[in-house]
Amino acid sequence: MTKHHQPKLDTSPVVSDEIRRTTCYMCACRCGINVHMKDGKVKYIEGNKDHPVNKGVLCAKGSAGIMQHYSPSRLRNPMKRVGERGEGKFEDISWEEAFEIATGLLDPIRKNDPKKLAFFTGRDQSQSMTGWWAQNFGTLNYAAHGGFCSVNMAAGGIYTMGGAFWEFGAPDWDRAKLFMIFGVAEDHDSNPIKMGLGKLKANGAKIIGVNPIRSGYNAIADEWVGITPGTDGLFILSLIHELLKAGKVDLDYLIRYTNMPFLVNQVEGSAEYGLMVRDADDNQLVWDRATGKAVPYETKGAKPAMSGMVEVNGVQCRPAFEILAEKYLTDEYTPDAVAERVGISADRIRSIAAEIARVAFEEEITLDIPWTDWKGEKHEKMIGRPVAMHAMRGISAHSNGFQTARALHILQILIGSVEVPGGFRFKPPYPKSVEAHPKPHHTVTPGAPLNGPHLGYPRGPEDLCLDEDGKAKRIDKAFTWENPLSAHGLMHMVISNAHAGDPYKIDTLFMYMANMSWNSSMNTTKVMDMLKDKDEDGNYVIPNIIYSDAYSSEMVAFADLILPDTTYLERHDCISLLDRPICEADGLADSIRWPVVEPDRDVRGFQSVLIELGARLGLPGMVNEDGSAKFKDYADYMVNHERRPGVGPLAGWRGKDQDGKGRGEPNPEQIDRYIENGGFWVDHIEPSNAFYKPWNKGYQEWAVERGIFDKESPYVFTVYQEILQKFRLAAEGHGDIQPPERLREQVKMAMDPLPIWYEPFEQTLVDNEEYPVHALTQRPMAMYHSWGTQNAWLRQIHGTNPMFISGELWAEHGFNEGDWAVVTSTHGTITVPAVRMDALNGKTIWTWNAIGKRKGAWALSKDAPETKKGFLLNHLIHELLPARGDGQRWNNSDPVTGQAAWFDLRVNIKRVDAPADLQSSPDTAPQISPVGQGPKDIAYGKEWT
Amino acid sequence: MTQLPATTDKKLGLVIDLDTCVGCHACVISCKEWNTGSYGAPLSDVDAYGANPVGTFLNRVHSFEAKQEGCPSQTIHFPKSCLHCDDAPCVTVCPTGASYKRSEDGIVLVNEDQCMGCGLCAWACPYGARELDAMAGVMKKCTLCVDRIYNENIPEEDRVPSCVRTCPAGARHFGDFADPESNVSKLVAERGGMDLMPELGTSPVNKYLPPRPKADVNGTQPPALEAQSTEITGFLGWLDRTLEKI
Repeated sequence: MTKHHQPKLDTSPVVSDEIRRTTCYMCACRCGINVHMKDGKVKYIEGNKDHPVNKGVLCAKGSAGIMQHYSPSRLRNPMKRVGERGEGKFEDISWEEAFEIATGLLDPIRKNDPKKLAFFTGRDQSQSMTGWWAQNFGTLNYAAHGGFCSVNMAAGGIYTMGGAFWEFGAPDWDRAKLFMIFGVAEDHDSNPIKMGLGKLKANGAKIIGVNPIRSGYNAIADEWVGITPGTDGLFILSLIHELLKAGKVDLDYLIRYTNMPFLVNQVEGSAEYGLMVRDADDNQLVWDRATGKAVPYETKGAKPAMSGMVEVNGVQCRPAFEILAEKYLTDEYTPDAVAERVGISADRIRSIAAEIARVAFEEEITLDIPWTDWKGEKHEKMIGRPVAMHAMRGISAHSNGFQTARALHILQILIGSVEVPGGFRFKPPYPKSVEAHPKPHHTVTPGAPLNGPHLGYPRGPEDLCLDEDGKAKRIDKAFTWENPLSAHGLMHMVISNAHAGDPYKIDTLFMYMANMSWNSSMNTTKVMDMLKDKDEDGNYVIPNIIYSDAYSSEMVAFADLILPDTTYLERHDCISLLDRPICEADGLADSIRWPVVEPDRDVRGFQSVLIELGARLGLPGMVNEDGSAKFKDYADYMVNHERRPGVGPLAGWRGKDQDGKGRGEPNPEQIDRYIENGGFWVDHIEPSNAFYKPWNKGYQEWAVERGIFDKESPYVFTVYQEILQKFRLAAEGHGDIQPPERLREQVKMAMDPLPIWYEPFEQTLVDNEEYPVHALTQRPMAMYHSWGTQNAWLRQIHGTNPMFISGELWAEHGFNEGDWAVVTSTHGTITVPAVRMDALNGKTIWTWNAIGKRKGAWALSKDAPETKKGFLLNHLIHELLPARGDGQRWNNSDPVTGQAAWFDLRVNIKRVDAPADLQSSPDTAPQISPVGQGPKDIAYGKEWT
Repeated sequence: MTQLPATTDKKLGLVIDLDTCVGCHACVISCKEWNTGSYGAPLSDVDAYGANPVGTFLNRVHSFEAKQEGCPSQTIHFPKSCLHCDDAPCVTVCPTGASYKRSEDGIVLVNEDQCMGCGLCAWACPYGARELDAMAGVMKKCTLCVDRIYNENIPEEDRVPSCVRTCPAGARHFGDFADPESNVSKLVAERGGMDLMPELGTSPVNKYLPPRPKADVNGTQPPALEAQSTEITGFLGWLDRTLEKI
């Protein structure tokens, strides 16, 4: 027996030489990180405890940042293509040559026909800058990835209440007592949700998870509702039915803060049918029960009616609330009527509605904080209805997603739980009404900027981007009758439309950080074909492709010119209030990235490259009067660019005295102040201004001081959305701008001013007996899109992505462990490994997204599991719907916003033996790696141990 | 064969809340990045970018499904690292004295200078909590971040294991189980903290908090709301009555 013996340990070793605090970019969450540097290398990354987003915690991706930063897949030099598109044969070139090639392509386009440049950025966190660049270039063809991500969520929220989930707002994690989470695929927004769930659990709140798949957040939910994909809207409307029927709605809230009492024109057949009735001064009206008169809704002391037909100026009209109640009280929405379709028993639906009502109205929270509303009325208390909700792509990536997102917001509004304690809270600069947002702009002038921002929120048919013949003006056909409110564009249609020359041919496709030849496109195999397709003369159908990425992704192989980006630790960035902010409900916040490590390759931050390119092209705003470059690089832009006088990309430490908050002239030392403060700036809101923000006088004044608005902009929630009705009236034959015949019925159906549910389009077009199964993807918490696979640590967690098959389907098809599945849609077939999962809606199969990789990409070996067993579901999903026999191309998107309907997919499955080579199919031919392959074995940190 | 100390002054360890763990792997990677650059040999990754990447991890998350007949299936995320057992079989089995349990705090460690990589301890551990590093040839295991928890070079509030500091959901807690008033002892008392496989007699220090009962599996559903009316006319009547009260 060896005696107990303890060696002497050094339990206080020096951790690092220096801590540099910046912002993570391992996903879109944008947490604050402390990067520990030792001997010039990154030793350890931890969460920044002072940071408003993550308060010290960090997810697996964030901690694996070391492996991302030192990834062997990093591009090293600018490159030009020397082989065929898709092959991956490149020649290293200098930056000078890269700029010459780029300006050689872009300068003539700008002078002759700027729309021939299609500039689409992917998971770009600098859209206010890239959009500004595109606007000054003059092309109307610009957007980022929102169209194939979650625009339904964003647009549904903005059009209903002036903000949506995630960057727009968050549950009141500290006070909520009931939390419902719908269709969140474990990612957006990563750490705050996990922190919030932890708080809810600690406070004893109940969590209901509505998701076909019981993984991640749904695994810890107190109640799992394994809903059938695409039916969330129907489920929510049934809950609304139950609440209305029982009188469990907050009438006081609806009267004060929503347009529910507003009078709606009821003269059928009139050009104003369904629109709000207004007085001569354009005020929307309510019926005052006290005086028996129609009065402007803001009239102090008015007692608005919520029902009853009245006549105002000869027009029959009634309150919107009565229209809503009538619509949802019908038998169409009873739990019994919807149960089978949503896959939830009627009793469950009824009891969930009862639970919502009980917590909202019997567990009311009161904060003794006086506040004053915008009409000047003083309130002694803040009343909270502690039911909070959150949703993301699971409900929005369907062809009925816009109306489903609206239904969910309206459910929250009906119980009075938006912008109150315990409910859903906006994060400044939100809330902002539709009117506070830009409209889309589309007037292109050769050699001159576009006439305004590309993307916006149309107010009616007059804001569509159509030419005189009613044809789409944008290459992605955003803001057309097919998808009138496509506020984020339709990036998923760009390659397909450009290849088809529909609505026109383009010259150069310029993309950033979007793996569009692989996991970010539907119909991946065909998209690769489109990118490499040649015309009769042997020229590429899409003539030129410029691409910027930091890593050797699948898309790199298809570009003609590569502009290599830096890693997130090597760059400047601003997480700007002009863009996708990091604010919290209690404060305004923005942050920066700065080079905590200098690049050891000949690479440059893409935004700095764009600024130099802009200067070389002489774009307005990017050159001085003498033609010299206005900004040295992106950091210079971050400090000195002003969007409006005194308002720039960064809100903190503005002005000469460096104490300006939101407003103030540029401060040359601004970035130093951010670095000293840990890479971020935060400005907290007074408690009296922290709730009821759209209606809170104090909040509105503060928002003007901070530069969020230039004048106070209170508004009420547009539960009844007359903008939608305007499109519908056009479809019914009113007005000068009307949809083409083929789209009239779709517009009439989809643009309902109150939420509706309809069957996802794909299942109305395919034989549901032939394709009885729903197929979904989720993103795992430990991976972000395609990026994670090059990460030596993360790929050990998710190196393959089996097809998870419900226990019901597993038994029905006689699967056994080790079997594979042939999965077929109307569009294609894949053969992939199968795994049983019972915690799954019985009619559903699913897999992790973006784990499958093309051989040769990401510096992996050609026999890496990601390229063998790994696969993409994308091969089964077409960007166009199955043909309807009308000779038209119908895109596979939401008919309101154009959001890609990824989750409408219907398939059938068949059991097969595992193939002898264990290779999933389709098996795409390899690409040549411009960066070789990663090292065999690694032992990171060896020098410190 | 190596002796265990008769007693330890403290019993440092973890409480892992299975009701809150969402299975995100944050603890797994934070552990890896801290420990690959500190105590002992780095945690290597063999074939890191190849066909069969296999690395050393001191902490892993396993996900299970649990299905009772007639009930919906549940998913449980189960993080697992060394449990720093009071009767640690990995220590007593060690032929060289490399494996040992510290008398002051109960942390089980490997003295890598004495470890010959025989792997007996990994066989003896019923939890599979030890991994032999393929490149260094020595046994690696959770150190409870012994080089963090007493480290005077880091802020006092951060002197907890890396996995605890990083856990986004707050599902991991660190403390002294010998102190009945400690955070971890109280959590165990309040939430029915459990030993992992107590029948093996290892007396693990780490404890697991069980998931709360699930409403859809073993709970009850609230009854339906009482309807004011089923007809729109009745609804409007309710509306009028209620408006009068506002």
